[in-house]
Amino acid sequence: MESAQRLDHNSELSLLEFPYIIRWREDRCSRCGRCTAVCPTRAIEASVMAQRLVHTDTEGGTLLPATIRRVSTVIRQVNDIDHHCVGCGTCSLVCPNMAIMPEYNPRHKFLFHKNRGGVPYARGGRRNDPATSTLDKLKFTRISMLTDPSLDAGRHEFYIRTLMGRNLSAEALPLERQGDLLLPRPGAFIPPVREIFPIRIGGMSIGALSPPMWEGLAMGVAYLNEVENIPVVMCSGEGGLPPRLLKSRYLKYFIPQIASGYFGWDEIIHALPEMIEDPAAIEIKYGQGAKPGDGGLLMAYKVLKLIAKIRGVPMYVDLASPPTHQTKYSIEEAVAKMIQSVSMAWGFRVPVYPKISGTKTALAVLNNLARHPYAAALTIDGEDGATGAAYNVSMDKMGHPIASNLRDCYLELVKSGKQNELPLFAAGGVGKEANLAANAAALILLGASGVDIGKYIMQAAAECYGDEHNRCNLCNLGRCPRGITTQDPRLYRRLDADRVAQRVVDIFKSAETELKKIFAPMGRSTQLPIGMADGLGVGDQAIADRLQISYVC
Amino acid sequence: MCRLSAISSAEYTSVMDAVMALDTMKEGHDGSGLGVTLKDLGGEFEHLKEYPILSGIYSDAGRRRTDEYMERCGFKAKFTWEPRITEGAGINVQRRGHYLATAYQFPDHYRDRPWSEQEELLTRTRLELRRQGTDDDSLYVFSFWPDTITLKEVGDPLEVGRFFGFEQAPLTARVVLAQGRQNTNYSIQLYACHPFFLQGYCTMTNGENTAFVPNRDFLASRGFYGYHGYDSDSEVFCHTLHYSHHQLGYPLTYFKDVITPLKDAEFAGRPDGATLGLLKRSLRQLCIDGPNCTIGFLPDNTVFLTHDSKKLRPGIVGGKTGHYGLMSEECGLDQVLPRRQRQDDIIPMRYELVIIPPGAQEVQVWNQRNGSITTVS
Repeated sequence: MESAQRLDHNSELSLLEFPYIIRWREDRCSRCGRCTAVCPTRAIEASVMAQRLVHTDTEGGTLLPATIRRVSTVIRQVNDIDHHCVGCGTCSLVCPNMAIMPEYNPRHKFLFHKNRGGVPYARGGRRNDPATSTLDKLKFTRISMLTDPSLDAGRHEFYIRTLMGRNLSAEALPLERQGDLLLPRPGAFIPPVREIFPIRIGGMSIGALSPPMWEGLAMGVAYLNEVENIPVVMCSGEGGLPPRLLKSRYLKYFIPQIASGYFGWDEIIHALPEMIEDPAAIEIKYGQGAKPGDGGLLMAYKVLKLIAKIRGVPMYVDLASPPTHQTKYSIEEAVAKMIQSVSMAWGFRVPVYPKISGTKTALAVLNNLARHPYAAALTIDGEDGATGAAYNVSMDKMGHPIASNLRDCYLELVKSGKQNELPLFAAGGVGKEANLAANAAALILLGASGVDIGKYIMQAAAECYGDEHNRCNLCNLGRCPRGITTQDPRLYRRLDADRVAQRVVDIFKSAETELKKIFAPMGRSTQLPIGMADGLGVGDQAIADRLQISYVC
Repeated sequence: MCRLSAISSAEYTSVMDAVMALDTMKEGHDGSGLGVTLKDLGGEFEHLKEYPILSGIYSDAGRRRTDEYMERCGFKAKFTWEPRITEGAGINVQRRGHYLATAYQFPDHYRDRPWSEQEELLTRTRLELRRQGTDDDSLYVFSFWPDTITLKEVGDPLEVGRFFGFEQAPLTARVVLAQGRQNTNYSIQLYACHPFFLQGYCTMTNGENTAFVPNRDFLASRGFYGYHGYDSDSEVFCHTLHYSHHQLGYPLTYFKDVITPLKDAEFAGRPDGATLGLLKRSLRQLCIDGPNCTIGFLPDNTVFLTHDSKKLRPGIVGGKTGHYGLMSEECGLDQVLPRRQRQDDIIPMRYELVIIPPGAQEVQVWNQRNGSITTVS
């Protein structure tokens, strides 16, 4: 006998509690089953529905009411919180008749329920905040008119490059005067500096990304450098680099990352004698904007043969990176141990810099780095960055917006006169609303030497479904329906690495043109306008005051 | 666009010559002001060359305050010059107060100090006086340096020149820089008026400097007491010149490498190519983005002119041995040196820096691409 509780469905969730509700049209559906087959969360299932239809019978010329019972096959959304519809829309992608589509439910109560078994909600993706970001509120308001005619983005020569590496102060340059010439003092140490495109691809690991996604990015980067003459560099994320890449001439376009798990570094160090090129730089990750203070985790089912080999670990084990570098006691020690020892490994020919989460304590880190002659740069990753896996609470509620954090750091460097010595790179939310070049330019005018992108490239190059309404965000589960963040061959075969590469090239070429279209009316072409904050305005007094830019209305 | 007029001469030249050139170039400026800086002075100052001259404008209260302050610092006034102010029809210049150039003797306890300490004293004294006049506009000081006078006032340059009585009793000097100022996107303010002067270095510039804010922030953060002001985006040129030549000890030619660096691919043409990449990176934020033509002088009275690649109308240098003009427009040169050999005029291209050594006996054209110097005399 059914309990009364079960019978009245009182312990069940209604579909209105769910963030996405499936709209299915019975009249269009051919019951092919493709939607249920591709649904990554099994949020929909084929079911049967008994229908009672009232119709009229005609009997001897007299109309009489009658009922019939019909059983039909339907697509039903399940109301199990562990199989909630994530709104990815893969069902609609495969439906031949446009019969199914998830629809966002703004009144959902998902988070009230998504902690069954005492396990907090974890996911991939980014902060769920669809509000317009500060970066997208900034406008470029200093337009050259008459007194300094604006430039022609299509005709003038533009220098859209930045420097990654420690720039010596002019006072510290090892120059000696011979007559009217200044010549470098032989044998003097000059820190390595790379001239790169000011938009980099930020750290996303092989493992977090599927083989075709990572390969597509890498191919695109190589093509941009070798054919298009746009020197884009790409960070490996934590997890090493493919052995063949380590020994190839393309290594110079990559930034291997060291994070707290040190995954892949045994292999990188052992490959040193066989390297024919130095990497572009080395990034030491101390924090990540999307989940500050949190470690990384690559789930066991993503650790397949290739990943295990690259990372130097057994297959099918959870790979946890601790929240902090366990061997470090202090920033001074971290700088001394990591930056200097890694610099030494490459004979001080490679810039080595740390990446931290956006935080109120960024200035403390910055001031320490500014005093350290081997610190090559600082990357600050703001709260609008993304991740492959984190607790929802970390993503939504932890972190610091990048705009004011970056601005504070730049102005601090200006105060100490080191704004040119230690380049700042900003990340976290660049291109959040698809305005890649505008966001990058705004950060450059606020003081960044360059920016990193992650989720933008996933969306633009591989059609990632994710958005700020918690759409999809299954990166942590290895069930990415686009094949971007999965190691399951059945899924990643959906992604064409060549097409990803082509899109990467498209994106950077168009971004370069858009940067010119921004800088040309501002009259800037010979140097990247780093810190040219007089070019910015915002229609919000509080933001204007905070960033020390003009309020415009 | 500001109009620039400079004269370098073996003999003392009237400041009015440079002002007349500005008037000839009138189409290019809106008559919002005149600034002149004279170096290697003649006339009454010819025999006062070792005495620093404080140039400024004072209200009665400002004059008293300045006198008291200078006395308190131990400076002893040796000689004061006042222009023969001419007012009346056709001169629409509002008299602001006392226009004075006073030569002082160093305080006793500074007389034997090293020059580096003396120059710091002069600059700090000027800045302190400027600070004292900021709130009530009771005094403006433009330069405090030996053998140097600066005058500035709002109005049509020719009218301001007449106002100062330069037609009857001109100041004379071997180096004269004059600028007809146009207010661009900055308000009309005397401290925004070129030429700008710091410790023997002086520049005036036309065109807006789009890289002003990064330039300014970089200079202001060098920790040097004199990098102050920036009411005009052109003041950074003077301070960059001072920074590269005085602070870093670079030869003048490197000033051009700092403000308009070569492309990396062009370094190979220079014998010091390896240095250029280092300078370009380390002084990245002093790179200008034009379009600017700048004319200036060094403490030793070397005068120069250069501009960046975006300057659609380059400056011009011409004249004869012992008397050269450096102008933003050819018509200004025609006014000052109508009988020169025009075929010898130098209209520098973007890679060139025109240098007139002290004494104005020759003109050197330094080529940034290969480092060569062509001398014309």
